[in-house]
Amino acid sequence: MNAETKIERKAKKLGLKERYGHLTRGLGWETSYQPMDKVFPFASYEGIKIHDWDAFEDPFRLTMDAYWKYQAEKERKLYAVIDSFAQNNGQMKITDARYVNALKIFLTGVSPLEYMAHRGYAHVGRHFVGAGPRVACQMQAIDELRHAQTQMHTISHYNKYFDGLHDPRHMFDRVWYLSVPKSFFEDAMTAGPFEFLTAISFSFEYVLTNLLFVPFMSGAAYNGDMATVTFGFSAQSDESRHMTLGLEIIKFMLEQDADNVPIVQRWIDKWFWRGYRLLSIVAMMMDYMLPKRVMSWAEAWGIYFEEAGGALFEDLSRYGITTPKYADVASKEKDRLTHEVWSTFYNYTRAAAFHTWIPNDDELAWLSEKYPETFDQLYRPRYEHWRSLQQKGERFYNNSLPQLCNVCQIPMVFTEPDDPTKLCLRSTEFEGEKYHFCSDGCKDIFEFEPQKYVQSWLPVHQIFQGNCGGATMPEVLDWYGIKNGSDNLDYEGSPDQTIWNDWTKSAQRAAG
Amino acid sequence: MAVVSISPYKLPAKDALENFHGNQLVYLHWEDHLMFCAPVAFPLPSGMVFDDLVQNVLGPAYQQHPDFSNITWSDVKWTLDGKPFDPDPQASLADNGVGHKSLLSFVTPGLQGIGNKHF
Amino acid sequence: MAGNVSITLQNTDEGRAIINAISADNAEAVVNVYPSMTKIDCPGRLIVNRESIESEMGRPFDLQELQLSLVSLAGNVDEDDDKFVLEWNR
Repeated sequence: MNAETKIERKAKKLGLKERYGHLTRGLGWETSYQPMDKVFPFASYEGIKIHDWDAFEDPFRLTMDAYWKYQAEKERKLYAVIDSFAQNNGQMKITDARYVNALKIFLTGVSPLEYMAHRGYAHVGRHFVGAGPRVACQMQAIDELRHAQTQMHTISHYNKYFDGLHDPRHMFDRVWYLSVPKSFFEDAMTAGPFEFLTAISFSFEYVLTNLLFVPFMSGAAYNGDMATVTFGFSAQSDESRHMTLGLEIIKFMLEQDADNVPIVQRWIDKWFWRGYRLLSIVAMMMDYMLPKRVMSWAEAWGIYFEEAGGALFEDLSRYGITTPKYADVASKEKDRLTHEVWSTFYNYTRAAAFHTWIPNDDELAWLSEKYPETFDQLYRPRYEHWRSLQQKGERFYNNSLPQLCNVCQIPMVFTEPDDPTKLCLRSTEFEGEKYHFCSDGCKDIFEFEPQKYVQSWLPVHQIFQGNCGGATMPEVLDWYGIKNGSDNLDYEGSPDQTIWNDWTKSAQRAAG
Repeated sequence: MAVVSISPYKLPAKDALENFHGNQLVYLHWEDHLMFCAPVAFPLPSGMVFDDLVQNVLGPAYQQHPDFSNITWSDVKWTLDGKPFDPDPQASLADNGVGHKSLLSFVTPGLQGIGNKHF
Repeated sequence: MAGNVSITLQNTDEGRAIINAISADNAEAVVNVYPSMTKIDCPGRLIVNRESIESEMGRPFDLQELQLSLVSLAGNVDEDDDKFVLEWNR
């Protein structure tokens, strides 16, 4: 259109900066009936020194009127898509039913985290002294509740046809691999408000969630899952604001007092590693569970951590902040991580609320192409062996329970940073008791606060202590809420596969 | 380093020996055989004889691997909690020094998994 | 040298107008198109101008409407009524 065209705008009475100023300055005050440290009991015990709370400013300068207006608009758009997806039998138009297993992990492992985030932000918002961070946390608390709800609404459509989606809340509190996200978030929520924001807003949202939402949601689009793309991007549009809160709160702490720098650095190191370990399941979803793939985990790590994180930590270096400890180990692992994790779930699919499978020939070829240094050398022979067993009717399952890392709670499946053929096994002693870890990163976290992690609810040990419904596999599955023979086991022979094949055949018949 | 907290913070270890109903935890790991993705965990009586562990715990855990039947047991090299270990087959776990949450690793010389791929 | 800042937008009708405005106003911007989204990288600094979007869309645009099309971003944000800036080493 002609650039000369005059666009008529209705001038607002106040500019954006002024409106935000009115919202966040003067809302907080010095209390007089009770001392400030009683009203805000968590504000200083972590050692973070704040001299001027008004120095915090949300760069989006979002005010409540604008917040409600745009959030309502996002909801209207999303629910129109969800209705349309249901009315048009969208579940039949995805690339392959194996894809739905990624949604099962998402619904049981990620959506409950959204709800925990809702609670976490409501809590820390209450405990910040300054109105700027309080308002930002309040908006985020509402966003996170919206994410939990919209994800459950969207994915509930799949629950009408596919197994494993029937009770994510129950599973989240019980199932072994879901203790990984659950314990991650509980660790953050039991820390103070500044550590919580460093953990969730900065390390997770800013540094790492791009890897969760962005390429994976793009992958959902590529695989015909319009509903998931829409909730994903609807959530992600809030996420941009959350990421910005993460970066701003870090800069705020670093600018307020030089004594804050080493505390923040230690949190960044800890929560980078915890977040990275948590993402290993997402990494696996990208490489193994999307029938059509957008990019590999290694490529995503290159774009979203090595490149974007590189620019970020270069920017923060002026405060004396360095790249998180063990980021080099994560980069060394990028060519093997997803294969190790998929192999783990292939071992233990009996006790999972989703299916695994051996990738088909095209998928193996894609993995060889994306992982030229490692795949044919180490991982293809594994899958070929397992496939030959499966063809003989002897599908491999590991019948023993795995040793778990005492911090991330993932089975001890990761290999030495410099040798992908040897497991990385670390241990320490505390008060006469042995503790085991998958990595130096997890071991460091334990050693800094051992009293916190001696309480880890490790699912394997809980089974042995008799706290999970019984001593046999059927009893434990029952306690997990996993229906044996339909929710679990290989995709080959599953009810999901049967219904999918029926749809595919009827579509072919209709096409003549 | 102590936990940073608002009040004294001291909670019992969730996996203390007394919580396992008379058993102790033992972890086993067969090196170079990553078909079994992680070390495996068992609750066992500390009076269990080492040979019994090999026959009735380790065997069932690993015997579906084709290398298992080719193991020459006299050549096996054991490691207990990271240190070389020479078990007495007829002595108990306790007498062999296998403690609660000990990790017992073993290497089977000449056997390095399917196609020598450590799998 | 500063690294890239970046902004990712949905491949929607409004998203496209914003992407066009950004491409026009940032000579060094590199546009990467993926299924359902577009990621724009730019060395050091990237500006989104309200007026450029308005002339693309042919209607008034409140920069806070960006909220509806944003997927992700990287860089320090500074927003006012007329511009939305992403920057490193501010």
